[in-house]
Amino acid sequence: MSYNWNWGVFLQPSASGDDTYLGWLFTGLKWTISLSLSAWVIALIVGSIIGVLRTVPNRWLSGFATGYVELFRNIPLLVQLFIWYFVLPELLPVELGNAFKQSNPLWQQFFCAMLCLGLFTSARVAEQVRSGIESLPKGQKNAGLAMGFTLPQVYRHVLMPMAYRIIMPPLTSEFLNIFKNSAVATTIGLIELSRQAQQLVDYTAQPYEAFIAVTVMYLLINVTVMFLMRRLEEKVRVPGFVGGK
Amino acid sequence: MAHLELQDLKQSYGTHVVVNGVSFRVETGSIACLLGPSGCGKTTLLRCIAGFEPVAAGEIHLEGKLVSRAGYALPPEKRRIGMVFQDYALFPHLTIAGNIAFGLGATPNNERAARVTQLLETVGLAGQGEKFPHELSGGQQQRVSLARALAPKPELILLDEPFSNLDVDLRERLSHEVREILKREGMTAVLVTHDQNEAFAMADEIGVMDEGRIQQWDTPYNLYHQPANRFVADFVGQGVFLPGQVISAHEVEVELGTLHSALPLECSQGCMACGKECGVDVLLRPDDIIHDDRSTLQAEVVHKAFRGADILYSLRLVSGVRVLSLVPSHHNHALGEKIGIRLDVDHVVAFKTPTRQFASGSGPKVVPVTFRA
Repeated sequence: MSYNWNWGVFLQPSASGDDTYLGWLFTGLKWTISLSLSAWVIALIVGSIIGVLRTVPNRWLSGFATGYVELFRNIPLLVQLFIWYFVLPELLPVELGNAFKQSNPLWQQFFCAMLCLGLFTSARVAEQVRSGIESLPKGQKNAGLAMGFTLPQVYRHVLMPMAYRIIMPPLTSEFLNIFKNSAVATTIGLIELSRQAQQLVDYTAQPYEAFIAVTVMYLLINVTVMFLMRRLEEKVRVPGFVGGK
Repeated sequence: MAHLELQDLKQSYGTHVVVNGVSFRVETGSIACLLGPSGCGKTTLLRCIAGFEPVAAGEIHLEGKLVSRAGYALPPEKRRIGMVFQDYALFPHLTIAGNIAFGLGATPNNERAARVTQLLETVGLAGQGEKFPHELSGGQQQRVSLARALAPKPELILLDEPFSNLDVDLRERLSHEVREILKREGMTAVLVTHDQNEAFAMADEIGVMDEGRIQQWDTPYNLYHQPANRFVADFVGQGVFLPGQVISAHEVEVELGTLHSALPLECSQGCMACGKECGVDVLLRPDDIIHDDRSTLQAEVVHKAFRGADILYSLRLVSGVRVLSLVPSHHNHALGEKIGIRLDVDHVVAFKTPTRQFASGSGPKVVPVTFRA
């Protein structure tokens, strides 16, 4: 195989002239991280609410939550993204739809990708929150109620603190997944990390260098996430339970 | 005014009636116990009192206040009850002190700390407040659970099979300790258990439950010595039923001779009304039959259980009927040996022999003469 390795390519001025190719990658990295983090915030908040609703003793609420989870986890991520980006603006009231379509395309892409990733992941987080709550002995809830706490207080002070600790390892996986899944935003044109790699290939014809660099960047993100989550797990662990000794 | 009062309480799951018209009252400072086999409805009843379960009919009053009736249930958190669970249900993410302080809510910090310290002392765990639940033994965890229930000074303490996860020795010791603590704190309590030793050790009064009904509500002594019906006679303590004939208000004739009752015969199913020659089953406890070498009455040893201080013999009478006898341990006889026995019955408990009908089920319920070795 004859291939001209050229690691110096990253320091060459880019085709746009105002940056190096390495600079392109960092711009992509910035978008990937901000997209993933903001989607993760949505996923955690919405997922926790939906997960809790799935376990409450009210048929309508738990039924709604079940419907939500089934909807978001049974439609492929890519299809969901297209629905958010291409279909939804058409369903909005005309004025609102037009306003959206006339806004900065970068923000349109970012906003849609963030909602899509966040809600998709929230369905998965919800399932984990539910399983965490259901893994606790029934007596915990009753003990809390008998102590004079209302059901929401019992969730807040008794069930959730343990449930989150128990589901910490699978939550870490979801957190990692969201960084990897963020690459689908490419398909609606958001110039995130993997998109920048493709561009780099187009402009420099150095695919190996480009993709190795991008791989290393994804790896660094995930190693950092894993490290931080591990630290958090250690900090909050309850001995005798998952994550404890 | 009773502290806790249940009036004709009913509860069912679908068509299955679990609690079928239960009424009782517990006075302030008293420890009551619901005793019965699995599935008798005792735990459901406790859950109704706690407010975890709605009721289908009847009423529950706590401190004179209506807390449950059909279509209404005051939420558990508003009932001011403390509950002790079979699996302790301590909060694993909180320390022992944190667990005990959990229900103290808006109490100022220094008062809260004082109450926690005091309760730790009460349950014999002084200085262990900073530990986590998993660092304690089962017995200690259950004592923390009791302390946690006592902390907010509830109106009523409910204990759901509190000692069944503990080994026998600990169970006995802890049940006495818990009784002491409850009495010292002046608490009113309701305990649920299937273990009569636990019930006897803890309770001032016991309701024996079966098939969703209270079969008898009485003191432990009376349950044992004056059971109201066959179920109670059979479930509480050991014993066998021996067929006999009523010959007068104070006398019953059985295979082993004539029993003289100091009190007039108490035959719950109306045998006194039927006059003489009425067929009854007489309850004989192991301590009613005494081993006496000089006695002419002989019975064959078919089974023996060595229990340390005494031996529980199963004896076969000439007719083939088996009885139990509790004999001091040094009277060690071999299986198959014939030994002399005599009756020493202080108070005769007899039930009218049920009519043996095996058809349609419309007749009286057939209660077999049971034997438990």
